Amino acid sequence: MGSGDLILQYLLSGITKGSIYAIVAIGFNLIFSATGVLNFAQGEFVMLGGMIAVTLSFYVPLPVAITGAVILVALIGCLLEVLFFRRLRRHSIMHMVIITIGLSIVIQEIALHLWDEKVRSLPYFTGKEISSVAVFGATISPQVLWVLGTVAVVFVLLHAFLRYSLQGRAMRACSSNPEAAMLSGINIANLRTLSFGLSAGIGALAGCVISPITMTQYEMGGPLAIKGFAAAILGGLGNPMGAVAGGLLVGVLEAFSVSKLPAAYNDVTAFAVLLLVLFVRPQGLFGSPTGDGVREF
Amino acid sequence: MPNMLLKVRNLRCGYGSLEVVRGVSLHVCAGEIVGLLGANGAGKSSLLKSLAGLVVPWGGEIHVNGRPTRGLPAWHGVSNSMVLVPEGRQVFAEMTVRENLLIGGYHNKDRRMDLEIVVDRFPRLRERINQLAGTLSGGEQQMLALGRALMTRPKLLMLDEPSMGLAPLMVKEVFSEILKMKELGVTMLLVEQNAVATLGIADRAYVMETGEIIMEGEARDLMSNPEVRRAYLGKGYKEVWE
Repeated sequence: MGSGDLILQYLLSGITKGSIYAIVAIGFNLIFSATGVLNFAQGEFVMLGGMIAVTLSFYVPLPVAITGAVILVALIGCLLEVLFFRRLRRHSIMHMVIITIGLSIVIQEIALHLWDEKVRSLPYFTGKEISSVAVFGATISPQVLWVLGTVAVVFVLLHAFLRYSLQGRAMRACSSNPEAAMLSGINIANLRTLSFGLSAGIGALAGCVISPITMTQYEMGGPLAIKGFAAAILGGLGNPMGAVAGGLLVGVLEAFSVSKLPAAYNDVTAFAVLLLVLFVRPQGLFGSPTGDGVREF
Repeated sequence: MPNMLLKVRNLRCGYGSLEVVRGVSLHVCAGEIVGLLGANGAGKSSLLKSLAGLVVPWGGEIHVNGRPTRGLPAWHGVSNSMVLVPEGRQVFAEMTVRENLLIGGYHNKDRRMDLEIVVDRFPRLRERINQLAGTLSGGEQQMLALGRALMTRPKLLMLDEPSMGLAPLMVKEVFSEILKMKELGVTMLLVEQNAVATLGIADRAYVMETGEIIMEGEARDLMSNPEVRRAYLGKGYKEVWE
């Protein structure tokens, strides 16, 4: 394998990981836009999605298991919003962010008790572990195509939902100007719940498609949340296009750093990116300098 | 009393420990334009916000169309046929004019039909229908805010300082739109610092000072009231209006 092929291989593996960060970042953005909360439990939705799908897949066919997991986790997301955030509106955003960190720990502990610390995974959606597809000379697992395809479809559907449906427009109105949205008769409390549900469901779907590649374990959510957060900040908080670009960039940087640095530094890349962006360009690559939520910290 | 659309009794509200509205009573009958005048900080906007449900009142009663609405969240206003156009226009800047109007029709099943009616009323909005609301001029944004409010099919329209920050020519246009809306049968509660223009189109008016209503009456009578003239109309008010 020549060095060009090797670079392509790193690039593809970076894009695969990056697309998952992108989906976590999209989830971040959805909740942030609607509620102003940075939800650090976002990674737990990914973990729960994978775990629940693995469990369900023992009893029902894979597509049903995945659908069930997505719906269940979406409901959990709604429930968390109603239980922990709806009544806390009067408290500061910072309180709510801390609560999400607490929730993340609690969810991990619950997952540990429900599923133990064993690493699990869903079967490959098509083909076997050893099957591969050649793309421009690099070989990749067909599951990678599933990941990329799913992320693309989620992105397009979400975009269409926010742009063309009444509820989607209401969500954008709610993030643009909550007071004016309320005055137009929009029940913004319910929309905030919906944003949590949607974000959780999308996260769960991501958790299912990556499960065959990265495996699913009870503590996988924490690092994912940080990397997704880095991606969202890099792309500019609240900007869905930025989330995708940020996610892919973090993923690719990470893949190349792994090729140069010892494996122990794997997680350093995302933090380095995060700090660099916060120091140099806090509004992110695509964010507007005014609509910037990071300054609150 | 003829059909009372809005009835407020002894309403109090404030922020923290500061009472900003101190026992206000007023009413608006169907078909009227009622002005609410007062200097900056008199509590007019807070009063409107508590009527709309954006600020939780401390006490008192609010009846819209005979139904008690005190303490209901703001999104209930629309189903009670009441809508507030907030101060400073507050359009959805990152959304198009069309989307802004459709959001106004969130609960309106005929929103697409009503959108046509609204852009017929405001041809400027039709020209800019696919433009982002944030790129409109101040006057156009005010028209959009009015249009969005009309999309809710209101019986009672509450306007908070619609002329604020607008060029004089635009102020005239906004006030003539308000008069035209009256002909449509929309009842209005109009909060303004521009007392001359307000008394020019209102049927009745209240004057508010430090959280209380200190005067009320027919717009005509208030216009000639020496105290109102001194405090709110300024000297050359006739020239300004005519």
